[in-house]
Amino acid sequence: MVATATLLPGFADPVFDAQAVFRAAMDALARPGTIQQIGCPLTPPKGLCAASAALMLTLCDYDTPVYLSAALAQGVVPGWLGFHAGAKITSDKSTCAFAFFEKGSTLPAFGHFSQGTQDYPDRSTTIILEVASLEGGARLSLSGPGINGATEIAPLGLPATFLDQWRVNRALFPRGIDLILTCSNRLIGLPRTVNIKALEG
Amino acid sequence: MTALADYNFAYLDEQTKRMIRRAILKAIAIPGYQVPFASREMPMPYGWGTGGVQVTASILGPHDVLKVIDQGADDTTNAVSIRAFFQKVANVAVTTKTSEATIIQTRHRIPEETLGVNQVLVYQVPIPEPLRFLEPRETETRQMHALEEYGLMHVKLYEDIARHGRIATTYAYPVKVAGRYVMDPSPTPKFDNPKMNQSAALQLFGAGREKRIYAVPPYTDVVSLDFEDHPFEVQTFEKPCALCGARHVYLDEVVLDDKGGRMFVCSDTDFCETRREEGHRGEMLGDIKEAAE
Ligand SMILES: [Zn+2]
Repeated sequence: MVATATLLPGFADPVFDAQAVFRAAMDALARPGTIQQIGCPLTPPKGLCAASAALMLTLCDYDTPVYLSAALAQGVVPGWLGFHAGAKITSDKSTCAFAFFEKGSTLPAFGHFSQGTQDYPDRSTTIILEVASLEGGARLSLSGPGINGATEIAPLGLPATFLDQWRVNRALFPRGIDLILTCSNRLIGLPRTVNIKALEG
Repeated sequence: MTALADYNFAYLDEQTKRMIRRAILKAIAIPGYQVPFASREMPMPYGWGTGGVQVTASILGPHDVLKVIDQGADDTTNAVSIRAFFQKVANVAVTTKTSEATIIQTRHRIPEETLGVNQVLVYQVPIPEPLRFLEPRETETRQMHALEEYGLMHVKLYEDIARHGRIATTYAYPVKVAGRYVMDPSPTPKFDNPKMNQSAALQLFGAGREKRIYAVPPYTDVVSLDFEDHPFEVQTFEKPCALCGARHVYLDEVVLDDKGGRMFVCSDTDFCETRREEGHRGEMLGDIKEAAE
């Protein structure tokens, strides 16, 4: 029996908070590179930032197998997610709909996750990765659908192999994973369509 | 509609909204690809835009301002019913002014006024599959999209040219999105196709009966299919709008009397009214000089 008394609450207003968080996620993926904000107050369970927790409550339910990093899987997150969203936790990266990683965790290669099929490229994993900061890191140039010409981001704490992995992911289009970077109550969306290049300096 | 007060905000239950929202995010990530979704029964018949209504219901929030148009007009039965539905189930602010709207649900037109970054255009789609009239089997059309095999579509357009000397398709004219998927723009006149290209607004498409959602992100290439020797061209109109004098807009023919009298006026009623408020006058309203801009 899960000690529900120790569980943190979910959204204060499940209907309107989920709607607002969804719009932030929608804008983030429709306009890659823009930093979107979670406006509603939410106390995340230990291990998650507010944005990752809010996305979990907004998008996950019993239809979406959720993969958690090793640290998250061992903590309070599974109980919190199960209680508030009814989502199933899976240890199978290749079939999960969503995968969550906390700041500093080791991100497996994108190729381990579901990339959809050529017939159904939508049957792919969305990875939610918390980073140290959405700003202040190495400058990256973004282009592609949703971006007027080109834009820049500079997240701090991406895996060293990120650009190579992203290039492989991009080349799989229409297959591929979609990525949402989170930190505190903010997020950046990187759909599979985005071209990412390192900028000097 | 009497029991609607018992329903959730924006009518749909939260689980359904989550499912549709996930489909919308995938649609944005794969521009032009039709994402299957579990379409719900809505308190209106298919053909009344149940796909668009479900998309709007899933994105709509208390701070939105909603505009609903049908063939460019805010005051047709379809538009009035859908607007009233959302006022009732979501208590949302509504407008007829394109510039004031954050969400515009549409059937068969794109507003004349250029849309902005804070706007979402939601299309009601009857038949989402652009290849359906060439190939009735879903397994086959899915395979054609998967392999990017769009030769049949070009053959069809070329047969038009052989038969009519030009591409005869004027509505639901197929487009290629972001250089990959061929997409049905819904039964808008091909006049509106160029407005989809590199639009600042997010464009979402919902097909209720066919259970498909697709999207064009902002600033995305949307190219009408054509041939080098028969480039895509939009409809042109000989005269400006008879009421507001606008040129380079889509006009509807209006019959004035039973003696063959008729005039051509803007199909976008808000655009036409706004111009008249600004003092523009077309032929019917007396000042023909205004038309010569
Ligand atoms: Zn007019």
